[in-house]
Amino acid sequence: MYRRRFIVAGLAGTALGCGRSKSPWRFFSIEEARTVEAVCAQIVPEDRDPGAVRAGVVVFIDRQLTGFYKPLQKTYRQGIAAIDRESVRAAGHPFANLSAGAQLDALRRIERNPDLKPFFDMLVAHTMQGFYGDPRHGGNRERVSWKMLGVASPPVRGRA
Amino acid sequence: MNRVNALIVGAGAGGGIVAKELAEAGLSVVLLERGKWYTAFDCRKDDLRNQRNSTLGNAFGPDDERNPRVAVDLAGRGHVVRASGPGYSNNAACVGGGTLSYGAMAWRYMERDFRMRSTYGQVAGSTLADWPISYDDLEPYYEKAEWEIGVSGDDSGNPFRAPRRKPLPMPPLAPNREFEILEPAAKRLGLHPFHIPMLRNSVPYGGRGPCMRCRWCVGFACEVNAKCGTQNTVIPEALKTGNCELRSESMTRQILTDARGRATGVEYFDAHDRLQRQDADLVVVSSAAVESARLLLNSTSPLFPHGLGNRYDWVGRNFQGHSYTGAFGIMPEDIYDDLGPGASIAVCDYNHGNPGLAGGAMLANEFIRLPYQFVGMLPPDVPKWGQAHKDFMRSFYRRAIAVQGPTQEMPMFNARVEVDPAVRDYWGIPVARLSGDKHPHTIEIGAFAAGKAEEWLKEAGAVRTWKKLAGPGFSGGQHQAGTCRMGDDPQTSVVNRYCQVHEIDNLFVIDGSVHVTNGGFNPVLTIMANAYRASEHLVKGWKGTRYR
Repeated sequence: MYRRRFIVAGLAGTALGCGRSKSPWRFFSIEEARTVEAVCAQIVPEDRDPGAVRAGVVVFIDRQLTGFYKPLQKTYRQGIAAIDRESVRAAGHPFANLSAGAQLDALRRIERNPDLKPFFDMLVAHTMQGFYGDPRHGGNRERVSWKMLGVASPPVRGRA
Repeated sequence: MNRVNALIVGAGAGGGIVAKELAEAGLSVVLLERGKWYTAFDCRKDDLRNQRNSTLGNAFGPDDERNPRVAVDLAGRGHVVRASGPGYSNNAACVGGGTLSYGAMAWRYMERDFRMRSTYGQVAGSTLADWPISYDDLEPYYEKAEWEIGVSGDDSGNPFRAPRRKPLPMPPLAPNREFEILEPAAKRLGLHPFHIPMLRNSVPYGGRGPCMRCRWCVGFACEVNAKCGTQNTVIPEALKTGNCELRSESMTRQILTDARGRATGVEYFDAHDRLQRQDADLVVVSSAAVESARLLLNSTSPLFPHGLGNRYDWVGRNFQGHSYTGAFGIMPEDIYDDLGPGASIAVCDYNHGNPGLAGGAMLANEFIRLPYQFVGMLPPDVPKWGQAHKDFMRSFYRRAIAVQGPTQEMPMFNARVEVDPAVRDYWGIPVARLSGDKHPHTIEIGAFAAGKAEEWLKEAGAVRTWKKLAGPGFSGGQHQAGTCRMGDDPQTSVVNRYCQVHEIDNLFVIDGSVHVTNGGFNPVLTIMANAYRASEHLVKGWKGTRYR
C-alpha cells in the first residue's frame, strides 16, 4: 500500500501541471479511493495485526468493480459521494479528512440513515471478502488475515 | 442425427447412473449435459468462487450471463436473479452435476421417511404423503450405490438406521478433533453418535486414492479425486461400453412428442449454439427438480398444452429442499485441527419420534468453515464491523464448532416451479419461475433441532452458543426435490413408482424431482439408489416392448 501511496502522490504532483489527475486505479478516482480506504480502515482496523488497508482491500474492491462487480459501478460512485456529502454536512470535512473518532461517529450515523445504510452494508461485505477471502483476487495480501486467524498457509496438504 | 435408444437430459447424480445402466444393458445412449466436463485439475481452491460460496460466481455453473431465473418474493413480486446470486436455488451445471463438488454425505433415508403420512397423519396446509415405494424396495439399490460409487463411514453405532444387508465398503476416516469432543458429549446425553457415511474414499477404492484431508471440500472439486461422484465413477463406465455418447455444453430446449402423444426425442442447442434434434426411442429427464420441471413445462404441443405430465397441474408443485438448522458453540480452548472434510460425527436420535413433531433432522458437525464463511456465522450481538468484529474473529475462529442438520420439510402445493411468461434465457427458452413459502411446521421442526444441537454443544463444554434457525421462503438449492412427485394416482402425482410419466410410457423422470418427501437427510444417495432401481425396471421393459 505504501508503494501505491507513493505512486499516487507522484501522479497527483504531475497532475497539477496538466490540470486533471489521472487515477492509478482501475475504477476509482484518487479521491474516491481515499474515501473508500478511510472507510475500510474503520471496518477492519489496523491493530497488532494488519487491517483492511494493509491487506489490500481497496485493491480487491477496485479490481472487482471492473470485473465481477461491474454492475455496481454506479452504486459505488453515488455511495462514496453520499458518504463524503454526509461527512461534510455533519462534520465539515470529507470523510478521509476526519479524525478517527469523528470517522467512527460518522459511520454510526450512516448506519442509522436508511438512504446510506444499504451502500455501507455492501461496503462492509466487500471489505470482509477482500480481507478474509482468497489472495488471488487482490485482497488478503500475503494472507495476512489467515495468519491472524492461525490458518496454516500455505496449506500443509495439497496445493493452495 | 441417428436415432438412438435412449436420450438422457442431465449428467448428474441420477442421469449418470441411468446412462451406465442402460449402456451396459446394450441400449444406445446419448447423455446431454448443459455444463462442461471438469476434472480434478479444475480444482481451484477459491473461497469466494465455488459452489458453496458463490460471492464471485459459480465455479461449476451455471454461468450468470446466460441462465437467469425469476424468484418471487413473499409479497408476490418477481425478481430476475442470476445463477450465483441469492434466491436462484442453484445446484450446479456440469458433468457429475452436484456430485462433482458436494460435501458427499451418503445417507439412506429411514423407513418412516417413506411413510410420512401414515406415520404422522395429515398436516394441515401440507401435501404430506407416503411414497408409493418403501425402504425395503430401495434397500438393494442403496447397497448398489454404496458399493459402485463408493462410501466410507461406519453407521453400526446408529440404532435408528434402517436394516442393511451389507456394511459400507470403506472404513471411516480417522476421527478429527471435533469428533473426539462431540462423541463423549453425545453419549453423556444418551445419544447414539457414529461416523457419517460419505461418498469419499478413505482408502484406495475404484481405482482412485484416498482423501488427503485438505480443508477445501464441500463446494470444491477434489484435487486428488477422492470424492466419489458420477463424473469419476459411472459416467466413465458408461462411456467405456461404447454404447454411450456424452454431449456436454448442450442445452435442451424441449422434449418432442408425436401425434400419438409419445416422446420421440429432444431439441437442444449444442456447444456452438446450433439447434440440433436427437431422435430417441425413450427420453429420461434427470436435470434436478427446477430444470426437470422447467423442461416438462416448456415441452408444450397441441396434445399437451400445459406441458408433459401436467394434465392435473402437478408438475413443479411441492418444490422443496432443506433448511439447515442447528447451533454454533465456542469451546474453552483452541480446537481447530485443519483436518478436512471436517464433518465427521452424526446422530439420528432426532429424525423421528419427537413429541408433537412430524419428523425431525439428522444432526452432524459441519464441514470446515473457511475464514470468509465464518464471517457470516457470528452471533447476532457481535458488531458487524470494527474492532469488536476483528477481535471476535481473531479470538474465536479456532474455537468454534457448528452442529446442524437438514430439516424434514412439509411439502407445500404452492411452493412451485413454473415457467416465466416473459423472461427468457440466452437461448430464448422461457426460464424457471420459483415461488412459495415454507410450511410453519417445517420452521418448528428446525427450531427443535437447533435446540438439540445447542444442548449437544453445551454438553461438549461450549462456553457460549447461539442458534441458526430457518427463515421463511421456499427452500430448494442443492437438495432440491419434489417437483415431479412419484405416486400411484395419476391425478395427484407426475410419475409412477418406476419414474415413468403417467401418460407417456416412454418418458421418465429420474432425479430428486420424484421424491414425495425429502427426509431429514442429504438426498443424494436416495437419488442414486432410485436411479438404479428405475433403470432396472426400464431395462426390463425395454427387453419386452422396447417402448414402442
